Amino acid sequence: MTQNIIEINHVDMRFNLAEEKTDTIKEYFVKLLRGKLHFSEFYAVKDVSFNIKKGESVALIGRNGSGKSTLLKIIAGVLYPSSGSVSVHGSIAPLIELGAGFDMELTARENIYLNGAVLGFDRDFMNQHFQEIIEFSELQQFVDVPVKNYSSGMIARLGFSIATIVKADVLVVDEILAVGDYKFQQKCHERMSQLLAGGTTLLFVSHSEEQVKELCQKAIWLDHGKAMAIGDVDEVYRAYHQATD
Amino acid sequence: MNQLASMKNFKKYIPLMKELITRDLKVKYRRSVLGYLWSLLNPLMMMAILTMIFSQIFRFNIPNYPLYLICGQTLWSFFNESTNQAMYSVLYNGALLKKVYIPKYIFPVSRVLSSFVTMSFSLLAIVIVLLVTRTPLHWTILLFPVPLVFLLLFSIGVGMVLSALSVYFRDVVHLYSVVTLAWMYMTPIFYSLDIVPEKVAFLIRCNPMYHYITFFRELLLYGQIPTAGVWIFCGISSLGALAIGVLIFRKLQRNFILYL
Repeated sequence: MTQNIIEINHVDMRFNLAEEKTDTIKEYFVKLLRGKLHFSEFYAVKDVSFNIKKGESVALIGRNGSGKSTLLKIIAGVLYPSSGSVSVHGSIAPLIELGAGFDMELTARENIYLNGAVLGFDRDFMNQHFQEIIEFSELQQFVDVPVKNYSSGMIARLGFSIATIVKADVLVVDEILAVGDYKFQQKCHERMSQLLAGGTTLLFVSHSEEQVKELCQKAIWLDHGKAMAIGDVDEVYRAYHQATD
Repeated sequence: MNQLASMKNFKKYIPLMKELITRDLKVKYRRSVLGYLWSLLNPLMMMAILTMIFSQIFRFNIPNYPLYLICGQTLWSFFNESTNQAMYSVLYNGALLKKVYIPKYIFPVSRVLSSFVTMSFSLLAIVIVLLVTRTPLHWTILLFPVPLVFLLLFSIGVGMVLSALSVYFRDVVHLYSVVTLAWMYMTPIFYSLDIVPEKVAFLIRCNPMYHYITFFRELLLYGQIPTAGVWIFCGISSLGALAIGVLIFRKLQRNFILYL
């Protein structure tokens, strides 16, 4: 029997659109006085529940702004859901997404150690895997260049290499493969298949149906924050196409 | 249950704490030729200038003025630097916080700790001044870590409050620079308490920084152990600040991500 590694129960994520614009104390009080603080509410994720078993690979599909990334962030523990509960039994690799999670002033070398430490790995462990990370990302020449000088493709490579080397229980990949060149996409693909074979659970967001079908068995279709269909990849895509076409 | 989990969590993040501290130290002196030596040179040069100004121009009459000055100045600049750095810590690490779960208090705490490491280098400057001025050495000098620990806890508390508030209101950043200026003049760093009028002196006695610095000076300069009252005041103020910092931080940290 396989266990649930991720359990999501009736998760809501509510954003307060007006509140987010309050940047200064003065504005805050002006709004407070006018009673305009909790202004318009927006549900990015609404009443979503599902379980993911260990070793499964699950894709989140849906149109832009349907809540995919928000849901990933909730699972990764970056965002707290407004209501409902999320439990993850295992370690999660840093969210791999476009744009960086690096300290731009530091070099790739330093960022590798920093990111490793974020996951709770000390220097010895990272020393052992340093070479592997650099080789995979093919950034040998640029190890000591501050990350701020990297291109977006290079940053994505580095992020992917780090997150996949530390062998976390759950890997969360948010549309990263869109930036890499074809060869690197192939490499990432292979690496993810390897990890899956080794028992890692994969959460994958992509707009490429081809990639999703190659990697994932299950899919969850989100629309305006609601889960419209959960189940086998092909069936969910069929429902998705029927609704959008 | 929750407490136990957070203790376990803490252990897991010790490597991260170390990594952040070394990062701070590296970035601080990056591209400077003298590097860490600046931690030593800076306080000495500041002391030299301030000694000239205040003993030659304003003619303060404080015995062993260079040592008196550098004690106050070292502790004050630690407090000033660490709280200022802590204030920005959550804001600066937004990119990391958006990517992976990390206990957020790590950022202000590691900032204060890295300033503490820098200050430890600066203590060498105090030793140099002790030797050069031929100050008689008292055994009480061995107690020097005590006021530093009080100061450290106090700074962590203040740093946590500032880092949490600055996420919500960037105004805090601008306001705090004014507050530190006032606070600096309310702390007898380059003057002594006897020259201020009684009304003001009362205010200064409410200032925890005054007590930490005086504690430190008593040990180094005068070979005295502060009275029990001072110990109690220092203890309460530092632990109190820490408790308030933790409380406010815990309450506010949930929604950090929405404001970063």
